[in-house]
Amino acid sequence: MPTDQWHLIPLAIALPLSAVLLAILVRRATVYLLLGILLLMSANAVGLTWLVSSQGPKTYYMGGWEPPLGIVLYADGLSALLILMTTIVGFAAGLYALRYFPTKTDDEDATHRKNHFWPLWMFLLAAMSALFLSRDIFNIYITLELMGLAAVSLVALAGEPVALRASMRYLLVSMAGSLFYLVGVALIYANFGVLDLPAIRAVINQSPAAIIALSLMTVGLMMKTALFPFHFWLPPAHANAPTPVSAVLSGLVIKASFYLLVRLWFQGFDIFLTPIIMIIMGAMGAMAILWGAFHALKQERVKLLIAYSTVAQLGYLFLLFPLIKSGEASKLAWSGVFIFVLAHAFAKAALFLAAGNILKAYGHDRISDLGEMNRYIPVTVFAFGLAGLSLVGLPPTGGFIAKWLMIRSAILGEQWWCAVLIAGGGLLAAGYILRVISRAFRTVPDIPRPKPLSPLTEWTALGLALLALGLGFTGVYTLDLLQAGTPEFILNLAGGIP
Amino acid sequence: MESFWLPVLILLSSLLTGLGIFFLGEERHFARTVLNMAAASVKLVLVSMMWIGYFEGQSYEARWPLLPGIDLVLKTDIFALVFLTLSSGLWFVTTLYAVGYLEETPQRSRFFGFFSLCVSSTMGIAMAGNLFTFLIFYEMLTLSTYPLVVHRGTEDSLKAGRTYLIYTLTGGSILLLSIAWLQTLAGPIEFVAGGALQPNDIPLPVLRIIFFLFISALGVKSAIVPLHSWLPKAMVAPAPVSALLHAVAVVKAGAFGIVRVVHDVYGINLANDLGVLKPLMIIATVTILYGSMQALIQNELKKRLAFSTVSQISYIILGVAILGPVAMIGGIVHIVHQGLMKITLFFCAGNFAETLGVHKISEMNGIGRRMPWTMTAFTIGALGLIGLPPFAGFITKWFLGSGALHAGEDWVVIVLVISSLLNAGYFLPIIYQGWFMEREDPWPFEHHVGPLETNWMLLTPPLITAILVIASGLFASTSFSPLSIVELIALVEYPP
Amino acid sequence: MLQPSTLYSLTAVVLFCMGCYSLLTYSHLLRKILGVNVMGVGVFMLLIARAYAGEGQQSDPVPQALVLTGIVVAVCATALALNLAVQIEATTHKADLAEDEENNGNAN
Repeated sequence: MPTDQWHLIPLAIALPLSAVLLAILVRRATVYLLLGILLLMSANAVGLTWLVSSQGPKTYYMGGWEPPLGIVLYADGLSALLILMTTIVGFAAGLYALRYFPTKTDDEDATHRKNHFWPLWMFLLAAMSALFLSRDIFNIYITLELMGLAAVSLVALAGEPVALRASMRYLLVSMAGSLFYLVGVALIYANFGVLDLPAIRAVINQSPAAIIALSLMTVGLMMKTALFPFHFWLPPAHANAPTPVSAVLSGLVIKASFYLLVRLWFQGFDIFLTPIIMIIMGAMGAMAILWGAFHALKQERVKLLIAYSTVAQLGYLFLLFPLIKSGEASKLAWSGVFIFVLAHAFAKAALFLAAGNILKAYGHDRISDLGEMNRYIPVTVFAFGLAGLSLVGLPPTGGFIAKWLMIRSAILGEQWWCAVLIAGGGLLAAGYILRVISRAFRTVPDIPRPKPLSPLTEWTALGLALLALGLGFTGVYTLDLLQAGTPEFILNLAGGIP
Repeated sequence: MESFWLPVLILLSSLLTGLGIFFLGEERHFARTVLNMAAASVKLVLVSMMWIGYFEGQSYEARWPLLPGIDLVLKTDIFALVFLTLSSGLWFVTTLYAVGYLEETPQRSRFFGFFSLCVSSTMGIAMAGNLFTFLIFYEMLTLSTYPLVVHRGTEDSLKAGRTYLIYTLTGGSILLLSIAWLQTLAGPIEFVAGGALQPNDIPLPVLRIIFFLFISALGVKSAIVPLHSWLPKAMVAPAPVSALLHAVAVVKAGAFGIVRVVHDVYGINLANDLGVLKPLMIIATVTILYGSMQALIQNELKKRLAFSTVSQISYIILGVAILGPVAMIGGIVHIVHQGLMKITLFFCAGNFAETLGVHKISEMNGIGRRMPWTMTAFTIGALGLIGLPPFAGFITKWFLGSGALHAGEDWVVIVLVISSLLNAGYFLPIIYQGWFMEREDPWPFEHHVGPLETNWMLLTPPLITAILVIASGLFASTSFSPLSIVELIALVEYPP
Repeated sequence: MLQPSTLYSLTAVVLFCMGCYSLLTYSHLLRKILGVNVMGVGVFMLLIARAYAGEGQQSDPVPQALVLTGIVVAVCATALALNLAVQIEATTHKADLAEDEENNGNAN
């Protein structure tokens, strides 16, 4: 029987779900109530994190029913941390959204959009929380679909044709990816009769069915993570969505499918982690880093630049696979990659919010037409710069800590190409961040004065950037948390991989 | 308690000032100046307190764990104190200068904010107790100096800034890789006088490769040939920036790093055994000669001074690369001496540009008559760099030369002589032109008409630093001169 | 003679591939959506095929539950897709994704 404290686990899903109902049923003046719920969710996440760090990982049976019929929720250090990340970024972007959608307007469309935004937003957060807590592969499918549907709808809220098309493309890719994944689930169940990941690990063998299943599931998840070469849908979707949505898409949603890949490969199917696979994953990651950075350097619009940056940064995550070489290197790689996930979530969200501010203030986000932004929107520019620092991986930010850990892991595991790639990728990132930041210093005579921005929009961007900075100083605590419950997979690898 | 807080306060005194300036409005000029000067004074007081404490046997250390096994460490030893004093002292003068120079220009709070952050980073570099902390502040220095380089916002400034970042960030990445590699082989490296590295099982070729990676990375900021190109380009920045970059912050940080790596990471004996000192000497010599030769052909005053810096910083590296305490003293004391002399020269160059619109050397005929005080300061700085007694530069060259002879590297003396001749070759004509040539055309523009030859805030700093140049040379044998202090460092690194 | 479950499984695979092909090759949105739907049907068939345990035996309830859930999700997703397609047609008077001009989303 779960102890009372552990009800925080289902609460993480129940809170946002009830918020969805609230948002749909009660139209007026509930926004502040919703923000209150978001705050509650963050508190819940903090509580859960504290519980996991002090008492270790926990398996929670919904309603007390055991698998295969009951739904199992599992919280370890990693899932607790990711839920915390979700609630914090969701709250910050939610605050931003408060001022992003015009409150008093005659435009019917705009009001419509605002009313639809909040239920979908809470729904997205609910789906993500559920995803981070799921442990059986079918539940994962459900949460993936839910998250995808919510995300797609949020993108479409922007209303313009370009956003609608991006949303449609996103939806088709998402559905196709989920179906690939589901075929894998079907094959696994058909041949092994289990759905729970630890159970899978116990019975899996190297049969053709298992290989096909795993491949399909991996391809499906890669499509949803926009890993090169499946990345084509991401830039238009993330760039053309409403700003708070972009922040959450690049910061959180895209990480969810990566997280699932990691769970799948490390917690269920780790017998398939051969050097060949690790190299292939690493190579795709490397291509993503280079491709994304190369395109980011060519972009004319800020939001597109940031979206391509996401494509590039996701590549770093896949370097986790080649870095799992020996015990010590694996631990460093694990910590490094997930601190990267955290730091990137904060930094990328901050970047998008700042970019949204620029868009609102100047009416456009064409890089070549910007100038002297720090005179009128200094907080935004500072947020952009600080977040950019974390993205590039310069000290003393969280991005730097992540990069350091990953480089150490690469050197320890003698994957020199990874070390050089990580360092070089940082330089490329500096290149495209500089393209925007240098405009802040440029004196341009004829720039019209921008519209004033709501301070809330500027300060949420800065707040997230500061979090990315703060992550650089609290590395020790984050690492401790990540160790809770996860060492089992990594320790398993310590002996296993040559 | 005090041992933790004093280093932290020294760091915070400019960090908080910087943040405070950002929050002050652009229009609050007086408040900003007061804040700046007050903070600079406070910092000088704190540094003096640290000196006193040091001589009473107090040790200072501040730690913050960043990662398991790796701490952010601020420690002070005498080398750190020297750099701290140089930085804080020169920050004080440069702030005064900058206030005068940038009068009535836009975006001053941005400038002074990042100016303060830049000094904080320098403090951090000085007090860094391990390679990791050094790296953090080293990169912060890059980031806080970029806005200063591009301050004017013109196309040229932005291009120079981009070049600057490309070079320094690449250097920073190489530094990151080197530190990570070294740490993987030998564990976290804290600076220890005489060398922290225990070679044990590490293959020697690997140690050599890592050493040269360090030199390349740190060499970008120290403007070693062929990594020096960013420096002349960065001359588009306003004069206070050039003064700060060249005398104190960026280039010295690189040289400081090299000294730390050679003495406190590898240790001079290990470095000697590895055979890396000779190549380092050669790199330094090439830079010394190349920089001076390039300086000869520059017509723009600031560019000539830039190439002179390229050449002069390598004196420091040369001093460190030659085995033996005498040469080391020469190299390290040049950190202080060159800082004082070069900043004087840049202050003067800024005065010429700001008051009379003179940027090129060919326009400098008769400038000594129009701006005698500035020209005097310039002359002192230039003669010092050439190496004439009793100016500070002479002390440096003397020690470098004797040290080279002691170590059996006689050829270095020849290099020093040639270099001095080259220095004379590019400085003496300026002095001659300034004092003795007649002026035919009017000045490009006249900015200041008043009792003094220029704004008092532009005049005082170069005079102060020029006096210090004379004093450091004249009173070198007293116990408070830079020379004597540096001799204490030698005692630590080369125990008798 | 083929086992019923094997027949169903094979059909499922064929349907899945056909749906996938349709999704990839046709540019008309409705065809793409239908393609995804057929893919979905294929997967559900695969699951149902597994549920069959033999003549007279009790069929496995788990895949049935999975398929029911899956159908619900598929219906919602299809509804969303169709809605989006209608809106796209209404605003752009085209029913495809215009991949070429869309490239990199540089259209403003």
